[in-house]
Formats: sequence, structure tokens, C-alpha cells
Amino acid sequence: MCSGRVDLEFILRAFSNGTDGVFIGGCRLNECNYITHGNYGALSNVLIFKKIMEHIGLNPDRLRIEFMSSGDGLLLADITNDFCKQVEEIGPLGKTEGINRKILKFKLEAVSKLIPYVKLVEREKLRVPFQSEEAYNNFFASEKVNRLFNELILDKLAVSQIVLLLREKPLSTGEMSEMLGLNPSEVSRHMNSSSRHGLVRYDNSQKRYALR
Amino acid sequence: MDYERLLCATGPYEGEILRTSDRKHPHKIAWFQCVGSRRVTPGDNSYCSAVCCTYTQKQVISTKDHVTDAECTVFHNDIRSHGKDFESFFQRTEKLPGIRFLRSYASIVGEDPESKNVIVRYATPDEGVIEEEFDMVVLSVGLNPPADYESLAAKFGIDLNSHGFCKAIPANPMETTRSGIFVSGAFQGPMDIPESVFSASGAGSQCGELLDYRRWKLDTERKYPPEKDVSRKEARIGVFVCHCGANIGRVVDVPSVVEYCKTLDNVVHAQEQLFSCATDSASSITEAIKEKNLNRVVVAACSPRTLEPLFRDTLREGGINQYYFEMANIREHCSWVHSREKEDATEKAKDITRMSIARACLLDPLQEIDLPVNKSALVVGGGIAGMTCALSIANQGHEVHLLEKDTDLGGMARKIHYTLDGMDVQTHLGDLVRTVYQHPAVHVYTDSTITEATGYVGNFLTRVKSERGVSEIKHGVTVIAVGAEAYKPTEYLHGEDDRVMTGLELEDRIIKGEEGLIGAQSLVMIQCVGCRQEDRNYCARICCNQSIKNALKLKKINPQMDIYILFRDIRTYGFAEDYYREASDNDVKFIRFKPDDKPQVEAAQAEDRPVLRVAVSDPILGQKLAIDADYISLAAAVIPPEGNKEIAQLFKVTLGPDDFFKEAHVKLRPVEFGTEGVFLCGTAQYPKHIPETINQSYGAASRALTLLSHDTVTVSGSICEVKENDCVSCGACITACTYGAIEFRETQQGRKAWVNPVLCKGDGLCNAKCPTNAIYLKHFTDEELLCQIDAACLDEEIKA
Repeated sequence: MCSGRVDLEFILRAFSNGTDGVFIGGCRLNECNYITHGNYGALSNVLIFKKIMEHIGLNPDRLRIEFMSSGDGLLLADITNDFCKQVEEIGPLGKTEGINRKILKFKLEAVSKLIPYVKLVEREKLRVPFQSEEAYNNFFASEKVNRLFNELILDKLAVSQIVLLLREKPLSTGEMSEMLGLNPSEVSRHMNSSSRHGLVRYDNSQKRYALR
Repeated sequence: MDYERLLCATGPYEGEILRTSDRKHPHKIAWFQCVGSRRVTPGDNSYCSAVCCTYTQKQVISTKDHVTDAECTVFHNDIRSHGKDFESFFQRTEKLPGIRFLRSYASIVGEDPESKNVIVRYATPDEGVIEEEFDMVVLSVGLNPPADYESLAAKFGIDLNSHGFCKAIPANPMETTRSGIFVSGAFQGPMDIPESVFSASGAGSQCGELLDYRRWKLDTERKYPPEKDVSRKEARIGVFVCHCGANIGRVVDVPSVVEYCKTLDNVVHAQEQLFSCATDSASSITEAIKEKNLNRVVVAACSPRTLEPLFRDTLREGGINQYYFEMANIREHCSWVHSREKEDATEKAKDITRMSIARACLLDPLQEIDLPVNKSALVVGGGIAGMTCALSIANQGHEVHLLEKDTDLGGMARKIHYTLDGMDVQTHLGDLVRTVYQHPAVHVYTDSTITEATGYVGNFLTRVKSERGVSEIKHGVTVIAVGAEAYKPTEYLHGEDDRVMTGLELEDRIIKGEEGLIGAQSLVMIQCVGCRQEDRNYCARICCNQSIKNALKLKKINPQMDIYILFRDIRTYGFAEDYYREASDNDVKFIRFKPDDKPQVEAAQAEDRPVLRVAVSDPILGQKLAIDADYISLAAAVIPPEGNKEIAQLFKVTLGPDDFFKEAHVKLRPVEFGTEGVFLCGTAQYPKHIPETINQSYGAASRALTLLSHDTVTVSGSICEVKENDCVSCGACITACTYGAIEFRETQQGRKAWVNPVLCKGDGLCNAKCPTNAIYLKHFTDEELLCQIDAACLDEEIKA
């Protein structure tokens, strides 16, 4: 089994279980144990998931990937100690970030629903042309990818969260933006487009949005 | 060796480093290198033991691991990091905090009566003679021949060399002076683990050549009880927690882990074992399976890497599918790394075991596939390595296809005429080429290029263009023996001035008897050209011997010639040390330089003649020397051929960071690749001397025979499969699979992905790419892994 086998869903499940930090260890880049260089796949998944974490208000430093060989025992020990220290400093998942448990659950559930779609976007739009760690980091930090990511994934993620919230009860834009920690104008934008798509309706009597 | 025991968990203080005299923790430790080696004084060995430099570095790293703030000092002569990846290992050791490498002879003055510390006297160029106290001194003693070597030799009727090791001939270092008796490992001479391993395989191959006609005559097939179908039964798990002697039990409270396991769902049996891998322990697992009607087994012990096959076999003995087995690693992942946190380690061992138990509940029985084996071999590369290997395989009754990219066989050896130990390379090569051409089972393809390589272990198919035309070769195994090349230096006026040449070019010019060269007044050799530097961070291993061999040759022809060898470390490991001494005795001058202060070369005019002026700083004299040389010879690096990347891609094998081929395990599997059915020998793996290449080539032949001699090979059951109903034909898995194991197939539900079970290597990359989870890796399914993740976290409170 390769580090590239680590599914976005595995990372998500660990966080959903309340784990404060997730560490993925892979073979050194360009020294693949197979011939697939699947560790780049793992790197790409980590960089994608970090962006998602940022979006839902979780500290992306809670997720870390490192590459080492079977001879790098000491390095693994150092990195593990370092990561544990770092996660301890960050503190308990959600609490530190000021997200209450119920909302965090909504958010993570929304991410879960989106994973198949993220995989498609990754394949179509987020393949890095060069195989080096630097190229991957630069690629995922680039303006172009950020824009793509916002348009293709984060918007959908926001809508997905909103829909999950509205399933409980109708809410106003303000309430939603506060609960999800999203910008009110963002929420309005999503509500407008979701109304147009017939996903939600505005209940004039309650002055709130509700699911159709 | 004593220190090694101190570091060991099963050692006298259970892995704590203590002084025997007062049980104190030593803080300042010194290592003395070359104790009893590299000396001609009576009782000492004149040879270099070859392994001590690196084992000392290992001990230093290990010490720092035990005691973070330990101060370690290594008193050394040359640092001999000539093994694969040893150079970077040395650099890693050197960079650790509190580590000093001092190039100085050291002696022990005495013991401080109060502190019981050892007083060491040594000299440095800057500070002169110093006395310093150390808490402990470790002597890096070398390797001796076995204690009763004389009676051993007499019993077997074999000759010994002057050092008491087995007398070996360079052309076949495994052969003794008595036919039918072979020698492997360090009795050939001091050697490291990989050489021991492949020389053992190699000796095996030579025995195979003699005994092939009797192969399988003594074999009886193993009978297993019929496999029970328990797939619909509820999981009944047996857990066996191993003490591993003291390795686990010293840190982890094994009985409490056992008790804990008994409280978990589906666990119907749990017990501790001293060594789960011992034969009687394995049979008690089998008994428990039968008595308690177990249908899943979890062993909490070490890494599955070594022992999983053994335990799987135990399950088969018990009559259940071998994939109903799961291993929890509570040694490498727990006791070894948490030796100082015993309580936490016990809790962690419980966590790890609980995760394995959770996974075990979901395991499915899997079947392995038997594939027929094509009985012929393909050897890529017709140098000494390829030819030696091809012949040994052919001598055991298999057809061999030998590919050579040049017009002639021979490779690099065609440029080598003599070796340090007196081997006549051209005669050996001529014999080898003749035998290869005359062998009815060896088919040679010269001027060949590989156009396509497909297939898998036991059934490869390679297309080759050669002077024979286009051939399609079917073969069961592949041996990569493509060799290495010589670096063409751009340093030190090479290529600009005819008087500057490489070691190989020098050899050629000596053999041709070039008058000017042979009659020269002075010649300078510069070592480590093009390697042991940032862009090629390895030692080319052969160049020290090569320079000394050429120097001795020249001195023999023209004793008046002044020869200088400018070096960083002289790495004449093993018996070659004697020739280093001989060169020194013959007035060859050795001058050390530092990598940040390399020699400078310029064309100049001396009083009587035009010369090449070499400027070099002598660290012992502490001043700059200028040497007027008529000729300069550069010890140019051995470099991997450009074509390695292509070969690696074709045969789906990997290259290391230096672009040499990467073996499956640097110590234990030195001639195999991770890719099954593909083997490796010669300088394609790493630079090496001819006898070493011959050892390794027979070794590769032996490993190849382990496949070729069977009619079938077994493919792992842990491979991918597609749930056709869920497949949306997006092709994400197909693009992810570099092995080409997945393709579209028309089904009744339309086009769906299909996995060729023979090509799938079970990496599971496709699983993470599939948007609908339609493709799944058996034995590592989403459900199995997710339940393990769930079991990792017990606290319901924090679950979101």
C-alpha cells in the first residue's frame, strides 16, 4: 500500500473522530517504492485538504505530510515529536478555532459530501505538470489555482454547508454567516444562486431562507 | 562488538549505555578507529577491515539516539565510506551536534583514579599534543579470520592466504583451491552485509550448476489441511501478544495488553508469548485456532515485513484463509521508540492492537493466483556482470538471451588490463566471451536496443532491435547488468591538454608503452574527480585501487619516476591495503587535500621543460606545495549511464538518488528489485571491483533460479478489483496506474474499468483517485482502513 492510497476520506474521518492532528508519512519523493510516484498524489491530497481546512476555519497545520526512507528513523522521531508539540500548541480541534461542535460536524459532513467531486476536479484541473515538492507547493499557492479552487470547490462547499444547515430549520443570511463563519455577502451570493437553481426559497413570512 | 551489545535492548543493561565498572552513564565517548588493523606490527592485521568506519558511525548515531546530549569523538585515519549511500551516511553522522571527527592517532595514557575516566592523548595540527578525558573509549577492532581457520582449511583441504582467510582467485572469488568447495561471506576477506549476502547466493548458484541434475529430487510437497469457509461466520479473533524476548516486554506491560484485548468485542482468545515467531509458539497458534474455533488471528509483535509470511502460513496450518491474519506492530512502532515512557507505551500498544483487531473483523479471505513461469532469462548488458550471470543461469539448464548495446561484448572491462591483485583482465574476458558464444543456451544480441518491455514476473515480453533484426523475446526473469560509465572530467585541463588524462586513459597509455609517459620525470594523480561532491554525492569506490595499481605499474617500469597521489581519503579497503603500503614503500608520495581546497593545475615552464604545475596545500606541513608534473592522471568518477532512466521505465524498476539502480533492500536483498522477477548485478547497482561484480553476478543468477526452477509463481491476493455497478468509466484509475494494470472492457453495463490481477502491484493509488469508490484494493479496503481510523479514537466525547 502506497501513501497515495490515503484517501481524502481517511483524513476527513480522522478529523471527524475528533483527532487534533493527522500525520501522513510517505517515501521520499522521486524514490518511489513502486513506479507510480504515488507519494505526489498524497502530497496533492494534503495540499487540497489544507485548503479545505482553511475554508472551514480549521488550522491547516493540523495536517502534515513528510517524506522519508526506511533508514530515516531518527528523522521520523524528530518530526513526530515536532508535530506532536505543534498540535498540542494549537490545541483541541474546533475549540481553539472557536467553532462549536455542532457546526464543526455540519462542516465536516459537507466536506464529506463533496469528496467525490473534489476528486474529479483534482483530475481535471489540479494536476501538477512537474514532479517536485516545490512545484507542488507553488502550484497550490498560485493565484490561478486559488481562483480555480474558489470557483470549483469552495463555492460548492459553502453551498453544501448551507444546505445542511437549512435542513434543520430556516435561517437568515446573517444567522448563517455567523454560524458558518462566512462573509455575509458571500452567503447572500450563494443564496441568490441557490434560489435561481431552485435549491432554496426565501420565506417572506419568516424572512428566512428554507429548503425547497 | 561489546559496545554493540550495550546498545542492544537484549544487551547486559537492556539497552541502557552504562559503564561496567561503576554503572554510570557515559556522556563523553571516544572511538578509536583501525585498532589492530592497517598495521604491520606483530599481532596486528595489515589489511583494512572495511566495515569499521561505517559501523562506528552507526554506533555514534545510535548513541545520540539513546543519549541526546552525548559528546562523541571519533579518532580516525581515512574515512572509508566506499559502500553504497555510505558517503551521505557519514555526512549525516558528522553533522549531528556534539560530534567530532578527528584525524589523529590517539593513545590511552591511563585512568583517572577518582572519576574512572580514560585519559586519551592525541595530536591536532592546530593545537599539537592534547590530553583529554573521556567517560568511555570504544575500540573499533577489525575482522579476523575465524578462530580455528587452520584446522578448518585442513579439514576441507583448501588453501588459505597469508592473512588466514580463504585463498581466492579474483576471477571467481567464491571458488576455493579444491573443486566443489565454495566460499562466501567474510571468509573471502573482510566485507559488509550486502557482499556477504550476494556472495552466499553466488556460491549457491555455483553449487546449483553442479547439482542441477538433482533439483527437486529430495522435495516433498507441503500438505495443508483443507480451508474452512468462515466468511459468513461472526468474527472469532485470537490475539497473541509477543514479548519479543525483552524487546517489547521490557517496556510494554504485555499481560495488561492481553487482559485488555480480552475485553474487546469479537476477541475470544488472548495470550502472551515470549517469541511468537518461535516454532512452538506458531504451533500453539495453530492449536488455538483449532481448539477455540478462531477465524481471525492478530499477532501483536514486530513489523509485518519479516514475519507476516510465517504467520500466514500458521493460519493455513490451522485450516483458515491466510488473509485472515493481521499484525499489530508494537515493537518498532512502540517499545523501541518509547523505552523511557513505559506506561504510555503500554497504552499505545493497546491502541495499536485494538486498531488491528477492528480491522481483523472486516478482513476477507483472498486467493492467490498461480502463474506459469517461462523458463528462459533475459540479461540486459554484456559486460563481465551480464556474461557471468548469463552463463551461470545457462549452466543450470535455462535459455538465456543476452543483450549488448555495443557491437562487442565486454563492456567497461575491455578497457581494463590488469588489477591490483594481478588479475589478467583481458585473458579472463576473452575466455568469458568465447564461453558465452559457444554455449548452446546463451543467445547473444549485439548492437541491440530495447523497443518495448511488457509483461510481469514469469511472463515478460521484450522487443529488441539488434544485428539479428527485430526479435520478440519471451522470458520469465530479467537481469539488469547495464554497468556504469567513466566520467569525462572538465576539471584540471582535461580535454584541453593532452598531458592530462583519466585513470583509464593512463592505463591504456601504459599498456601501449607510450615512451614520453613511461620515461616521464614526474606524474601527479588527483583523486575524487567528479564525485564526493554536491552533484555526485557518492564515492566511486574503485579509483583508489586504480591509481595505486597504475602507480605501482609505472614504478616497476620506471623506478625513477616521481609519483604523487593527491587524495582526500585513501580507500584501499580489505586486502588492497597491502598495495597502498607497497606504493608508499616504493616512494609514491601521498598528499592529502581538503574538498574546499582542491589542487590547482596550470601549464607552466620549468627550468628544463614545459610542465603542468600542481599547487596543493599539505595539511600536515601546513603549507602550499608546487609540484611540477609531466603528466596528470585524474581518478574520474564512475557514473551511471544516461540510459538508466529509460531502462528503469521499461522494466518498471527504480533508480536511487544517484541514478544507479536501486535494489529492493540495500543490505538484505542486494540483487533484487522491488519489482518481482527483475534482478540486478554489477556496476549498474553501484561502482565495484571485478571480483565483487563476479560475486554479485553469480548471486543474481542464484536469485533468478529461485523463480526459473519453479513451474509457477504466486501472485499476492491483495490486488485491486472494480465494482462494476459503481464504475462511471471516468478513467481516473487508468491514468493513475503506471503499471498499466487497468483497462476499459466492454460489459453488459457498458464500458467499465477492469484490473489485470497479474499486473496489479497493490499500491492502491487508483483507490484514492476514484470518485465513486468503485475500485478497491483487497485487504486494504476503505471499510477496513476507516474502521481502523475509527478504532484509533475511543473518546466518544470529542467525536464531531
